[in-house]
Amino acid sequence: MAVPGTPHRVAYINVRLLDPASGLDAPGALLTEGTQIADLGPRLFNDGLPEDAEVVDCGGACLAPGLVDMRVQLREPGEEHKETIASASRAAAAGGITSMVGLPNTDPVVDDVAGVEFVARRARDEKLVKVYTYAALTRGLGGREITEIGLLHEYGARGFTDGVKPVGNAQVMRRALSYATAFDTVILQHPQEPRLSGGVMNGGELATRLGLPGIPRLAEVMLLERDLRLVEMTGGRYHASLLSTAEAVEAMRRAKERGLPVTCDTAPHYFTLNENAVGDYRSFAKVLPPLRGESDRAAIAEAVVDGTIDAICSDHAPQDQDAKRLPFAAAAWGMAGLETLLPLSLALVHQGRMSLLELLKRLTLNPAAILQGRAALEPGLPADLVIFDPDRAWVIDPDRFLSKSKNSAFDNHPVQGKVLRTIVDGRSIFTLSETAAAD
Amino acid sequence: MSETHPSREPPGFPHRHLLGIEGLSRGEIEFLLDLADVYAAKDPRDHQRSSLLSGYTVINLFFENSTRTRTSFELAAKRLGAEVINMSVASSSIKKGETLIDTAMTLTAMRPDLLVVRHPDSGAVSLLSEKVDCAVINGGDGSHEHPTQALLDALSIRRRKGRLAGLTVAICGDVLHSRVARSNIYLLTTMGAQVRVIAPPTLLPAGIERFGAQAFTDMRAGLADVDIVMMLRLQNERMQGSYVPSVREYFRFYGLDQEKLASAKPDALVMHPGPMNRGVEIDSELADDIDRSLIHTQVAMGVAVRMACLHALLRGEEPPEEGRA
Repeated sequence: MAVPGTPHRVAYINVRLLDPASGLDAPGALLTEGTQIADLGPRLFNDGLPEDAEVVDCGGACLAPGLVDMRVQLREPGEEHKETIASASRAAAAGGITSMVGLPNTDPVVDDVAGVEFVARRARDEKLVKVYTYAALTRGLGGREITEIGLLHEYGARGFTDGVKPVGNAQVMRRALSYATAFDTVILQHPQEPRLSGGVMNGGELATRLGLPGIPRLAEVMLLERDLRLVEMTGGRYHASLLSTAEAVEAMRRAKERGLPVTCDTAPHYFTLNENAVGDYRSFAKVLPPLRGESDRAAIAEAVVDGTIDAICSDHAPQDQDAKRLPFAAAAWGMAGLETLLPLSLALVHQGRMSLLELLKRLTLNPAAILQGRAALEPGLPADLVIFDPDRAWVIDPDRFLSKSKNSAFDNHPVQGKVLRTIVDGRSIFTLSETAAAD
Repeated sequence: MSETHPSREPPGFPHRHLLGIEGLSRGEIEFLLDLADVYAAKDPRDHQRSSLLSGYTVINLFFENSTRTRTSFELAAKRLGAEVINMSVASSSIKKGETLIDTAMTLTAMRPDLLVVRHPDSGAVSLLSEKVDCAVINGGDGSHEHPTQALLDALSIRRRKGRLAGLTVAICGDVLHSRVARSNIYLLTTMGAQVRVIAPPTLLPAGIERFGAQAFTDMRAGLADVDIVMMLRLQNERMQGSYVPSVREYFRFYGLDQEKLASAKPDALVMHPGPMNRGVEIDSELADDIDRSLIHTQVAMGVAVRMACLHALLRGEEPPEEGRA
């Protein structure tokens, strides 16, 4: 065993190494030492295993950088009955996520330095996944006055956003984008023209049949295109969250071709489900932006495949049963997503549309880069890793979620891909139990 | 004292008005500075009232509150023997465009020799100058120009550093709304100084590089090896989240303190057009540091520069001594 005073070493052998940063996809092994990756490669340990290291035989499972989830609603402080930083951390660990970033829409809102420090301290207390937070872009999410972007950035806010509330005022967005250039931080926007956003589901025929007010598809591309013009004017770094329509994807594609400093993400439900999921008034499929028609779903899947969409996030939005079991229009928005991010995303690989390495890029390397971090298998980097079996079939059962909230539209949804172990700073924070594995 | 500037008689100052620095030549600026230097050299305590402008009438017409500039012009005119009338027109009580022209017509009937005009709207002083038949000095118009401030800043620098050409000057703060910044950029670049502007991106005006100024949003980088640090005033209403999130954030990143000033040259001088917001754009101790701060010199030079401007516009053909009684 480890000699006292030397860092703990763990050898993960018999793995398929997957590193989107280097393009490595090969059988091999990886050694961690203390909190860091010490070495890795196809021929590592060809000359024998180190005697002082703990050996974990992974039986051919995939080993990749841990998932980086750039959009999570933590609900703490303020709504701890829905989720806490502790319960979200356990759920994330079970989902193979090693770093996640919370939205500032807690109570109180994270719009000052104390809020950023609170999240950092609670995450340190839990010692599970790495939990970061965005800070509000405007005070109290009021959409009018920009927050102390410079100070909040220094204290560790990973970016600035009003979360689920779009910033509708063009002058505020212009000044925010401009001001943020001094600190090289990113501004995230949920693009949806506020004055067209009174509805509760996708606007169109189905909304008419259900008698529900719709949010027109064009609300998304309208605000996005305005923002892209402001990016062009200011040079600010901009990230569009949760794209759901073909037009928005097209706008992003053109913006990237013009070299603008812009990125975007989506969540698995936007390329897995379409608006039919809310038929029969299923409030568990009520998300923001709303699930769109089939052609939009296909366009989002295509954009993930071709790379126009840089990142896939869980858009984890825990809600308690009382908030969801209401008439559709009154029900809360959102879906719990931490524990289904990887298996739902893997469908794109199983459908033969993209390589496993490319998919992992959307889940690790790209979101980390947007947040000015690094997720890769490189000696010296923190040993934040996920070990998973990409093929193991199972059926999603929200009742078994570690998240406090079970609001998922994927009840009984068959998936392939199971997280076996999650490692943060060299320490296993989640290991799939044999009873769970037997399901 | 004509031997001090032997080549000054032509070109002199061949303009009817002083509406801005933009468009003035290096020679014209030097003429005004040299003349101001002569007035600055006189000891104000033994000041013998000049009669150079005896019989002339100067009206200070201020559509915007200002104690410092108005007082400075008043003193300058009185020291040259002119009659001075102060007119303050509260901008809140007027319909600007209409009253401006009306006022000009009324004043013309009084036959003044020179108007000093300050107005909150850019371009208003120029408009007024077209409607009156006397000389006009722009005492500051909106966010456009404040030529006498730039001249007194230049004189303060030149008297302390001996030159303007080749110096590196950083102008820091609310460049977007500042007429002082614009006039200084025109003057300093014309005189061969290197000009930098330092501000949060929200307070940097569009196209400022085209003025010959280099823009920085990182204050330490912008202050590296500068000779002069010129601070601008930031209005309170711009620090509530519209342009800048808060006073404490502004001071943290753009307030001048000893630590940031350490990246400038060891003998760098600090200037401020006043009135200062201590603890917002400038550290209080620094503002009072007589080795570093030119702030009091600026006030003293203000009177000399304004005497020179009045002299140049009304009695341009006369050397300074001729008018003394």
